[in-house]
This record gives sequence, C-alpha cells and structure tokens, in this order.
Amino acid sequence: MTWLATVDPLFVHGHVSGIDILILLIRLLVGFGALMGAVTMMIWFERKAISDMQSRIGPQRWGPFGILQTLADGLKLFFKEDLIPDQADRFVFKLAPYLALVPAIITFAIIPVGGTIHIAGHAVMLQIANPPIGILLMLAMSGISVYGVMLAGWASGSKYPLISAVRASAQMISYEAALGITIVTVVLITGSLSTHNIVLSQGGEIWHWNVIRLGFVPFIIFWIAITAELNRPPFDVVEAESELVGGFNTEYSSVRFALFYMAEFMNTITMSAMIVTLFFGGPAGWVPPVSHLRWIFPILWFVVKTIIFCFCYVWFRAALPRFRYDQVMDLGWKRLIPLSLGWMLVVAGFIIKPAWGLLMAAAVLFASVVLGRAFVLGRSRETGAESVLPPIGQRPLPGHVLRAFTDKEEVEE
Amino acid sequence: MIATNYAIPDFVIFATSTILILVGALGVITLKNPVHAALSLIMTLFGVAVAFVAQSADFLAAAQIIVYAGAIVVLFLFVIMFLGVGYGSKSDVEPLVGQRGFAIAGVVITIGGLIALMASSHWVTGATSVTGPLAKGQGNVKQLGTAVFTTYLYAFEATSLLLVIAVVGAVLLARRERATTREATDETSDEEVGS
Repeated sequence: MTWLATVDPLFVHGHVSGIDILILLIRLLVGFGALMGAVTMMIWFERKAISDMQSRIGPQRWGPFGILQTLADGLKLFFKEDLIPDQADRFVFKLAPYLALVPAIITFAIIPVGGTIHIAGHAVMLQIANPPIGILLMLAMSGISVYGVMLAGWASGSKYPLISAVRASAQMISYEAALGITIVTVVLITGSLSTHNIVLSQGGEIWHWNVIRLGFVPFIIFWIAITAELNRPPFDVVEAESELVGGFNTEYSSVRFALFYMAEFMNTITMSAMIVTLFFGGPAGWVPPVSHLRWIFPILWFVVKTIIFCFCYVWFRAALPRFRYDQVMDLGWKRLIPLSLGWMLVVAGFIIKPAWGLLMAAAVLFASVVLGRAFVLGRSRETGAESVLPPIGQRPLPGHVLRAFTDKEEVEE
Repeated sequence: MIATNYAIPDFVIFATSTILILVGALGVITLKNPVHAALSLIMTLFGVAVAFVAQSADFLAAAQIIVYAGAIVVLFLFVIMFLGVGYGSKSDVEPLVGQRGFAIAGVVITIGGLIALMASSHWVTGATSVTGPLAKGQGNVKQLGTAVFTTYLYAFEATSLLLVIAVVGAVLLARRERATTREATDETSDEEVGS
C-alpha cells in the first residue's frame, strides 16, 4: 500500500487510520455536494443569462431572481410519469442515463480545486482523487460518456433519436482525437499526467500558465474540441430541434430526462474547470500575505476562472448559430487534427532544443503546404453517387442470396 | 494456489475482475441481440482494465478504456446501428464455407494450449508479475515509453506502418472513385448489392 502515499499525502504515514478515512469521506461528500449545487446554479444561470441576452425575463417566480427554479423543475420531473416507449429496448433504455451521468461525476474527481491544506496535522489535498493516470481518466470518461448518448438514441426504438445518436457518437469520436493530441502538449511541458502536478507546474507568475507557455493555439483547439465533446452550441447538431425533434433524449421523460439534463450541465462545469486546470493554472493566482487567509484564495481564483468559462458557454449558446453537420466534420478532421498534430511536434521540438523546434516548424510548414494542396484537389473532385465505382472483388454471399434473405425477413415482420 | 499469493483486498479485486471478464465474454457469444453482445464486450474490457490496475499497470488500463471501450466498441455499435441488424437469428447461414469447423478447431486448440500451459509451467498463477518489476521512483508511463521507444522501437514503428497500410487498403477497397473527368457512363447503371 506504499503507492498510496505517492497519490495522496493523507497516506504518507504508511498506515490508514480512522481520521484519514473520515477526511476522505468528508472530502468526497463536500466535492459531490459542491458539484450538485453548482449544477443547479448553472442551470439557473444559463436560463437567466440567455433570457437577459434575448430581452426576456426568464425564471423569476421562486426565490430571489428565480434562483430556486431548478429545484422546482427537479421536483416536477420527479413526479412526472416515467414513460418507456413500446419499441424500446428496456434494459439499455434504463441504463443509458446512468452511462451519461456517472462519467460526468467521475471526471470532476480529478480536478484540483485548491492547494494542499493542513487539518490537525494531516495534509489534505483539495481534490477528490489524484490517480497516477491523471488526465487520462478524463479521456477515458469522455470515451464512456459517448455510450450514454449513443445507447439512449438506439434504445428508444425511434428514428430521430437514432439519427441523433449516430451523429453524436461520430462527432464525439472525431473531436476526441484533437482533444487527446492537445492534452499531449500539456503533458509534454509538465512531464506528468497527474492534474495535481499540471497545476503545480503553472504556479507562480501569469506567464507560467500553459495558455501562454504553449502559445494559445492548443488552448483554442482544446476549447473548440471540448465544446464539441459536450454537444453544446455551436456544435449541438445532436439535438437540432428543427431537424431531429429533440435529439437523442426525445423519448425520455421524468427522472431519466432529468439525469441527462444534469449530466449535460455537470459536464459543462467540469470541462470549464478542466480548461482552467490545463491552461489557466487552476487555483494559481495572487495570495495575500495573511497566513489565515492563504488557503481560501486559491479556491476563489479557481471558482472565478471556472465561472468565466461557464459564462462563455452560455454566451456561445445565445450568440452563435449552429454548424451544419458536414461543417462539424470538416472542422474536426481537416482543420483541428492536423493543426494540433503540427503544434504538438513543434512544442516537442522546442522542449528538446530550440534548433529542433525550428526544424519541426519547417517540417510542419512543408506538411501543411502539401495538405493545403490536397484540400484544393479534393474540392475540385467530382462528387455524388455517380462518381463512386462498385467495390473490387466478390462479397462473401452473392447478391441474389442476400436479397432473398432480406426479403424473407421483411415478410416475417 | 491462487489464494496463497494474494492478500484479501487483492483477492477481492482479482475475483471481481475475473467475474467481469468471464460474464462479459459469455454474454458476447450467447446474447441474441448484437447491441447487447457489444455491451457485454465492454464489460469484459472493463474487467481487463481492472486486472491491469491490480497489476499496477495503470497506463495500460487507461489505454484499454480509451482505445477499446471508448473507440473500437463504439465503431462496432456504429456498424450495428447503421446496418440495422435485428434480433433475428441468422446462425443457419455460413458466409464462409466451412467456417464453423474452423471455429471449433480454433477453440479446441486455444483451450488445449491454455490447459497445457497451466499444467506445465508456473506462468498462470494469478500472482503479480515479477519478470519486469517497476523501477523505483519512475512512473509507469516513463518506463513504458522508454521501453517502447528504445528497445522495441522497430516493432512499434512496424506496427504503426501496418495500421496505416490497413487504413489505406480499407479506403481503397471500399471506395473506388472515377477520375475527375467522366469517360464511361454505362457502368453507372450497374447495381451491386451491399455497395
């Protein structure tokens, strides 16, 4: 159990005592409670801010400025009838909301909310967990959250949710590549996967923040990619109301719908916090020279930075029109992935030696000229069904057998 | 033999991961609905990831989830959803002649080999690996990266080359396009099933 000490300073003594467990439990509960509270606030904030931007009044009935509106909505959803469509796959239909919510909660666990504080001689990290794989946990969880959307759409047994699910999973997988490569640049400059170390290496002055050290481009790519991962505007082709009724959660009602809704906003908060952690120093910032106030200022900095990004997401929703689906795919595959790859090579080169960095930059420039030429050629190409030739070779089963097979099945149905 | 090599918490983790792996694997081959089978596959992959963590191969566990559960099984589901494969049992059709016989032979050889391995050597004990202990003060990722990019560099590059060839080949086989200028028009009337 010695490896525990490298993960969390609580266990540095080598044995686990009762008070350690207690601190761990309190940390868990406070983290969970804070996240849940933040979600209700975020939903209220988004509705209120957008209604202000659109010259509407927005929620105003319950509590000052309608601040308890989310609680009222939650209560209403709990008492609504829980419908499962006739054509639905019942088990998967019930499973899907949890597959959306659980990754959202787990990802928040690796975000450092503040520095390390001392309670009764125990060093306590203001972070629920600090696993050795660190930031990879976030990638793994965003991989799992694809299933929530995908299975929800499929299990509904309805056409529009299925289209939405296929769109969503294609989009999320496409942007995961660019996301992963930009995270690699952060990991390269930190030399560690752990979010705790990523934040520590950005402590100090503002030019130690990764957004400046890495030269803005990775931050921009990460921001775009994470917005697409969240399926938030302008990347919300997943729930394009004008085309798909309501997206993958059309057939969901009651508590299950509430779970999806909560997962969406929880992800928004977590990913804003993740941007702050990776690029804006997390809890780094000015701390007053008063010893009793020293611990609270990092938390305040973290919260302020996160709220700024949360506001940006709300702003996007109010201000930006939705992308067309082919534009989403073009941006992901043709622009962001090559750009993030090239930038990663340049960063890696500069970390070894400036000469290598310049060499890499030259190589990347050459590659982008080639790529640009390929884009031009691709644009002048003839497209459409007529330009595609039949595939080479024989299918395992000849055409008439396959056709007879499918015809028979249609009769059975 | 297994229990003596383990402390109690380790044994619980080992048992959990084994149950996950076996139940998932059985689900993949027994469930009628292909989507349910794919979900069981995810369960197996998770079990393998848990086993990796128990062997303190954290990076491998993360890669397992990100690559297999997060991308490859999603692609499986993608294909299943696009083709709209239903509940209907199609086990009476053999797309490749003699497929079933080869499959049975493969299973017998694999299981026989595993039993022979377990009987003849001490490899399959369930104990933590001691062939390559984790160096002190070095992270999992660092050690793995050093091994991959120095000792096994050629194997690594050969693997990536193989993957590129596979991708290019798949695109070429699946989608042949006419040259930019159209010359033949009679071929467009041909209709191929499944194209």
